[in-house]
Amino acid sequence: MKVYFFHLMPYGDLDIAESDKHNSAWVTIPNSNFDPQKGMKLYDRYIGELELGDKLGFDGICVNEHHQTAYGLMPAPNLIAAALARSTKQAKICILGRALPLVNNPVMIAEEFAMLDHMSGGRIITGFVRGIGSEYFSNSVNPTFSHERFYEAHELIIKAWTETGPFRYQGKHYQFDYVNLWPRPVQAPHPPVWIPSQGSKETIVWCAAAERKYTYLQTFSPYPVALKAFNAYREEARKNGYEAQPSQMGWAVPTYVAETDEIARRELKEHIEVFFNKFLRFPSIEMRLPPGYSSISSTKTLMEMKFKNRTSSTIDTLIDNGMILVGSPETVRARIEQCQKEMGFGHLMAMLQIATMPADMTERNIRLFAAEVMPHLQGAVRPQLQAIA
Amino acid sequence: MRETVLDVRGTNVRMFEAGTGPTVLVLHGIDGLAVDPLLSDLSKSFRVVAPEFPGFTRSPIPDWMMSVNDAAFFTLDLIAALGLPQVHLVGHSIGGWIAAEVAIRSTHALASLSLLAPAGVMPREAPGQDVFLLSGEEGVRALFHDQALADQEIAARAGDELDIMLQNRAGLARLAWTPRMASVVLPHWLHRIDIPTFIAWGREDRILPFSTHEVFLKEIAGAEFLALSACGHAIPQERGAEVARRMGAFMNGAN
Repeated sequence: MKVYFFHLMPYGDLDIAESDKHNSAWVTIPNSNFDPQKGMKLYDRYIGELELGDKLGFDGICVNEHHQTAYGLMPAPNLIAAALARSTKQAKICILGRALPLVNNPVMIAEEFAMLDHMSGGRIITGFVRGIGSEYFSNSVNPTFSHERFYEAHELIIKAWTETGPFRYQGKHYQFDYVNLWPRPVQAPHPPVWIPSQGSKETIVWCAAAERKYTYLQTFSPYPVALKAFNAYREEARKNGYEAQPSQMGWAVPTYVAETDEIARRELKEHIEVFFNKFLRFPSIEMRLPPGYSSISSTKTLMEMKFKNRTSSTIDTLIDNGMILVGSPETVRARIEQCQKEMGFGHLMAMLQIATMPADMTERNIRLFAAEVMPHLQGAVRPQLQAIA
Repeated sequence: MRETVLDVRGTNVRMFEAGTGPTVLVLHGIDGLAVDPLLSDLSKSFRVVAPEFPGFTRSPIPDWMMSVNDAAFFTLDLIAALGLPQVHLVGHSIGGWIAAEVAIRSTHALASLSLLAPAGVMPREAPGQDVFLLSGEEGVRALFHDQALADQEIAARAGDELDIMLQNRAGLARLAWTPRMASVVLPHWLHRIDIPTFIAWGREDRILPFSTHEVFLKEIAGAEFLALSACGHAIPQERGAEVARRMGAFMNGAN
């Protein structure tokens, strides 16, 4: 198994009482709640945490994109990736991902990733996402075109990476008379593409297609949902005439370790509850799922699934749902090994800084996880796991 | 009202139809096709034809429907498919915007134009509520000045399929997401409307501010205006009978 350190870079200094006066930590919360002096320190600290991850032997360090929210301060994740490309040496730099439909020029995403591929010595893993629903409010992009733009931008980027330019691209949403990337990417045929998702059947089918075989990354979701998604991937792969490998599946999960189970739970409680109840707070389904963002049947399923427990998560319900990993190193290690046996993923993305978690606590978490959990996992994918349905 | 289906160059359009007399084509507002007091009252003196616009209610969004531009040309095709030389065109809200976009392209097939709280022009004052951020119930409440009517509407919709609500939102978003409920250039072309035009607006409209009517009145020569006191955005429900009467008189005068 490969082990990664996933960072959201939240605005950890958020004044929760102030934020409660607004209906969301996204889109509508005034940026007067953001203090640039604190912001400077946070960026410095968070980049340092990922650099520490590189030194401690994580297989990869991960950034991602979110807009106009306290949940994550990386509207341009490639800027952080560029800084990491210079300051780190070993770890893969994973940008999970860029929100393709939100841009009007996907060629620029192809260009930026190609630059990063050079600057990192071919160490990048790219991620393609649609952006979450609220980002269609904050980016003005029509959500009813979200799927079409995603597929089209993806096609254009892959072509830009792999075909000799200049060539012409005439799509429904994107038209270019000249596509001719300078630089072309280092990795051949192109940097790996991973697809983070919360279990959309449509996305799984698309990822598992024989011509793509993209690594599917299940993000922050209850254990049964994740298991179902991985099983769906394997099933889809079989339909396409091949066996899905563990390397085609990743699981992203908030993770916290401390000396004992009890200490870990006690220390994590406040931060993980703030994460799910405050940082992921939306006033209504409308902000989370704008019209046409998903098909009507998917929207109805998501409405059923998503909005029942979100505002009242406790550390106990989160543990029960299998949404998080928390405990002593032994407990967390055993839990991951058990999950891997059942789910068959080959990549674990541990989110080791969570919401308001302060620097000292985060560093202890990173170091303890890297020392006591990670070594047992790295290289621990047994071949027979590949046969698990 | 009877339900009919009209083939518009390969697109099957579900329609409500009732009454006899000159044909009035009514383009529904943001909540899709439903029988309301305006349609019922108009059908006492006119042949009312109310299509379910592609993308709304039970109709998926067609691939070719990219913007209001396409909606306008589709409406011209729809009028042609009705097989009549001319219709009185009425539009409410998003339907008013589409109707205005039809009229700036061609008034050839239009006997008159009636715009009820039309979208399409950016308000000068702070915009009304973002319809896309309102929950189902908030959305209904924001439409009405008279909250007793909103209560009735909420109760009436309780049995509606969620699918219809979601489809209406998606259809609206396709046409009106950016810029929200408006066109940058529509005011520049409104001068082309050279037929009798009637405009009505609720003074208490919380979706599209009342003052926006000034742009339409300024750009459309000789337009008749009806300001509705104690009325929100839901003109067909809140003041359907009164508007049907006033608009009916206007349309008879325009014949």
